[in-house]
Formats: sequence, C-alpha cells, structure tokens
Amino acid sequence: MADNNAVLTENSGEKKVREPLFHITKKASVPWQQAWAVRIGSVVVALIVCALITMFLTHIDPIKVYATMLNGAFGTSRRIWSLLQGVAMLLCVSLAVTPAFKMRFWNIGAEGQVLIGGLATAACMILLGDKLPNALLILVMLVSALAAGAVWGLLPAVFKAKWNTNETLFTLMMNYVATQLVAYFVTVWEVPKGSGKIGIINQATRAGWVPVISFGGKNYDYLLNIIVVFALTFVLYAYLKYSKHGYEIAVVGESENTARYIGINVKKVILRTMILSGGICGLAGFLLVGSTNHTVTTTIAGGRGFTAIMVSWLAKFNPIFMILTSALLVILEKGAGEIATIYGLNKSFSDILTGVILFFIIGSEFFINYSVHFRKAHKEGK
Amino acid sequence: MIFNVASLQSAAGAFSWTTVAVFLQRAIVQGIPLLYGSTGEILTEKSGNLNLGIPGIMYIGGISGVIGSFLYENSLPSRDAINPVLAILIPLLCSVAGSLLAGLLYCFLTVSLRANQNVTGLALTTFGVGFGNFFGASLMKLTGSDVPSVALSATSAFFKKALPFADKLGNFGTVFLSYGFMTYLAILIAIVAAVVLKRTRIGLHLRSVGENPATADAAGINVNRYKYAFTCIGSVIAGFGGLYYVMDYACGVWSNEGFGDRGWLAIALVIFCIWRSNWGILGSILFGGLYIVYLFVPGSLSTQELYKMLPYVVTLIVLIITSARKKRENLPPASLGLSYFREDR
Repeated sequence: MADNNAVLTENSGEKKVREPLFHITKKASVPWQQAWAVRIGSVVVALIVCALITMFLTHIDPIKVYATMLNGAFGTSRRIWSLLQGVAMLLCVSLAVTPAFKMRFWNIGAEGQVLIGGLATAACMILLGDKLPNALLILVMLVSALAAGAVWGLLPAVFKAKWNTNETLFTLMMNYVATQLVAYFVTVWEVPKGSGKIGIINQATRAGWVPVISFGGKNYDYLLNIIVVFALTFVLYAYLKYSKHGYEIAVVGESENTARYIGINVKKVILRTMILSGGICGLAGFLLVGSTNHTVTTTIAGGRGFTAIMVSWLAKFNPIFMILTSALLVILEKGAGEIATIYGLNKSFSDILTGVILFFIIGSEFFINYSVHFRKAHKEGK
Repeated sequence: MIFNVASLQSAAGAFSWTTVAVFLQRAIVQGIPLLYGSTGEILTEKSGNLNLGIPGIMYIGGISGVIGSFLYENSLPSRDAINPVLAILIPLLCSVAGSLLAGLLYCFLTVSLRANQNVTGLALTTFGVGFGNFFGASLMKLTGSDVPSVALSATSAFFKKALPFADKLGNFGTVFLSYGFMTYLAILIAIVAAVVLKRTRIGLHLRSVGENPATADAAGINVNRYKYAFTCIGSVIAGFGGLYYVMDYACGVWSNEGFGDRGWLAIALVIFCIWRSNWGILGSILFGGLYIVYLFVPGSLSTQELYKMLPYVVTLIVLIITSARKKRENLPPASLGLSYFREDR
C-alpha cells in the first residue's frame, strides 16, 4: 500500500524511522504534450492487451484482429455512415452531461433523460400526428423533448440545491423511473395490440419524421443528426470556455465556497446547468426517435447515458476532445462486434474490450497527476 | 423459477393464507440477490467507496461460479458421479475468486491510483455485464462442448435443496423452510455485517474511514487497508448475489440479460435501508415483493409496468426524506465517492 504510516521501530534505545518503499506526490502542472503522450500510450497498451485477449479466445493472429476490427468499423460506406451516426449520438449525450460534471454534479441519469425526451417525441408523433402540419409538429416534438429532458434533469437539481440530496443516487434512480414510464406507454400505444412494441410510428404518413438531407438524388439518413451534434459541440465548447455561465460553472465545480464568496448564486447555477444538461439529453432523445428510429423502446438510449460519462471524463470535459474519445469507443464497439459476428462469439465481446481500454485510460490518469518517488538507497549510520 | 402466472392471478381474486404465504416466499426468493448486493455495497460505501461496479460484479460472481461448475460437470463421466461437496464448493470458490479480482481491480484504480470512483465503477459494470453475457453465451463454443446451452441442473439441485419438513409444515414451511442454503447465508451475512458495523471496533474504524478519512488517518487507522479490505469483502458478498441468482433462482440455467437491473436495484436498496444491512433484510423482502406484486394484483399489462416502478420511486422518497431531515446517522457516509490523498489539503 502506497502511503503506509512510517513504521516506528525501537532499535537499541534510539527511535529510527523506516521510510516507506515509495511515496507519492501531486504534480503541480503537466505540459499538455506529456499528458497526452501518457494517454495515447495507455490506449496503445490497452489495444495490445485487447488483441492478446482476442487471440486467446479466437486463435487468430493479432494483425488480423486489428484488420477485422477496422473492416468492421470502416469496411463499407454503409458502415462508415452507421459509425458516424453512432459517434454523433454518443457525443450528443456526452455533451449533455459535461456542463453538470464540470460543476461536479454527478449526473448519471442521462439514460433516463434521453429516454424521457424520446418518449415525449413519440407521444407528440402519435397523439398529434394527424392534427398538425408537419413543420409545426416537428417543432412541438422538439420543444416537448427538450422540456421533458430538462424536467428530468431539474428534479434532482432542485433537491440537491435545497437539501443537498445525493445527486448520483437520485439521477440513477430516475433512470429506472423513466424506463418503466416508457415500458408503460409502449404497452398503452402498442401496434398491433399484444405485440409489446410500438413499431414504426406514422409509417404511412411520415408525420413527424425529421426530414432527411438529400443531394444528388441520394438520401443521407444520418447526416442531419451528425451536423446538429457537430454544431452543438462547438457551441458548447464556446459556452463553457467563453461565456459568463461557463465561468460560473467552473468556479462552482472547483469550490462552492469560493463561488459563494465571490457572489455567485450557487443554487441558481446548479438549477440552470441541470436544465441545460437534461435539455441536451432530451435533444438526443428527439434525434433518436424523430430522426433515426421513428419508434421508442426502453433500450433506445442503449447504455449511452453511462458510456457518455466515461467519454466526457476521458476528454477532461473538453467538447472538442470528446469527438475523439467517443469515436474511439464507437470504433471499438463496431470493430469488436465484427469479430464477434465472424467468429460466432457473443456481441458482448465489445463490452469486455471497452472495459479493458477504459481501465487502462482510467489508470493512466494517475501517472499524469502524481509522481512516485522510490526510497533512496539506504545509507549506513546516516 | 418457472411458475404459473395465470394460476397465481386467479388465486389473487380470493384472499387466502396460502396466497399470502406463496407471495411472501416469492418475495423472499426475489429479494435475496438484492440483499447480497446491498449488504456488499453497504460495507463498500461505509469505507467511502461508492462502487457503481456492483451490477457488473454480481454478473462476474455469477458467471465465475457457472464457469467453474460447468467445467466440473462436464469433466464427470456421468451426472450421477457428481460429488455434493465439490458441486457446492467449486462454484462458491470460483465466484469468490471472480468477484475478489473485480473488487481488487476497483480498489487498485480508485484507492491506489485515486481514479474517479463513478467512472471506474461504471467501467467495471460495462466490463462485468459484458463478461457475464459473453461467457454465458460463448462458453459452449470456447470449450468445444456439444451441449446447446449452459444448464447446470445437477449442481443447482444441491443449491436448491430445501430444509427437511418444508413441505409438511404448511404455510410455515413455505415461508421459512423452503429455501436453499444461500438464502439463509444471505440473512446471516446481513446480520453479521450489521453487528460488525455497529458494535465492533473494526466497524467503528470502518465508519470513521468513510466519514472522514483524514481524521481516521490522524487517529492511526490505516485508511487504505480498510478501504481495500471492505471493498473486496463487499464485492465477494455482492458476487454471491449473482451466484444465488443463477444456481438457485434460475435453476442453474444462464440466460443473457436474465439478471436484468437487479444490480441497480441492490444499490437502491442500500439507500432504502439507510446503510443498515439488518434493515436490508426486510427491505429486500419488500423490494422483492414490489418486483412481483404485479403478478398478484389483477390489472392490465400496462399497469404492471407502473408497479415495477415502485421500488425506485420508494427509494427516491427515502433519499429525499433522509436528506431533508439531516439526521446524521441516516445520511450517506460523508466522504462517499471521494478519493483520499493524505497530502491533499
């Protein structure tokens, strides 16, 4: 163990202090090149370990492992689009949780906030599908999704601000309340009755379907999502870095007492930021239901709410870097999925590899923030 | 456990003590995995570690036992040659080994390397659930065995062996005696954990580490040792929850995603019983009951989904009330979720 108490030993009448084998100090600051070298190094080591695990389980040589993974992620133009869509949606949820995390508000309820946003979108499509013109309907869908997500994010924030209720546990529970609400409405609106699912909403009229961007006679199904999320990335980057709100979030995150001392209304910042965080999750739900799937299920968020936490944290809450970290995780998922398909293994294989990579990156942060000093060679009669 | 939903629902119309006894028994059976998970998480959280990897660890504990038992059953010439002691010991020890390694990994990252606990825990859950589902579905292919799925009925029979006289004592037998040994073990562990936490010096030290590690450190308590020890013990206990689920509840049949969100429900239970594992026994039965109450209450399929929301809503209410009342003994450990670094000031 690292910082054991220095053991005091009685030795021929005089007290002698035995130094521990090593001790740890915090580094003052690390140049960003060095920090990123450590991170990239850890990813490389993790990829090697992943290849070894794959080799052990499937008996294919490591070069082929990587080739298969890259083929799974980038092999065809269809795969590339699907990859970009995956990155965009994961990035969107990661952007959503980031302002909250910067404030040290552990919003692990993104899953539920996305679900409830998706549910609100689907509700508008089903209930208002034939009553409103399409443009107005889409606007109503968007607004209600944002509102639903914001409310789901605001609830834990209200109790956090009022009674300091533990937000990690609160938001976690809200996920399952949202899941069951979706399950309830799926059985209410199921088509056909007894099937246990809603199916594609408004398939004939396409009411409420967010328009698909097309040029040159080709439809680009996912392009709109990708553009929206990409634009949002830069907006959020500017918001966090250059706006007064962003500054307040950073101060509250560093020290609530300092924030209070310099006259920031901490409660207001918490509430405002969680409305933003939940609202962006609602947007993700809107894009998933209105633009990608045109249906809602309990698994529509697909664990992104949890993965997003890791994406955001790995990128040090920097929206631009999140493009890289979310791409890394999605490429890995698609690549491992390809290996699993080809070798007849279960698709959960990708979760194992993701876990391994995450462990390595998480562990590598230590070597960025701390340095280890080993005990100097012991000198006689010091 | 396969039981006839229709017959239960028809029985629900007319009140009878047998229905109540059956309901209680089902609730307890449902509650035991949650009790294991929450007792493990209580010990972990009391050391100041918010281990959100518990759902993953429960998967790891379950699948490790399954792997051990699968290899053992398949190495036998015939099903009759199974040795009762080995059939129970092998899965138990494998489960302990699997969960212990997962707990050690979590401790190494969060205690020694001071990584963020939420991120580490969630990564561990991703890994653990993937690990469980992957090996559950690929075990046959990887070992080149010709059985269609993992079904350890021979081993499960030993785990499910109820106390004698269970079926002769009517409702009393149904409610109290009709379970396998792991049910009683769960209750025993919960009681022991509560006593250790409340009445022993070790428990006092552990609580002080969770409340204020700097003070505990100054008082000469080895903070890291306590964090390691109790997070690992907690992991092993939680892993038993996964093992119980496969071997007893699911009759030795592994099905992917079968375990569902029980891991998160176990974390909810920790809050619901406000960090007291002896209250967790009653809480787990209540949660188990809420989990299956829809089978006993007449209603449409859709209202059943709302019933399933109840455990989480109840937990939220408890969380709000305890934080509003601010009674110190009912609050989460003060340093929950924070890494301790002695030189941080």
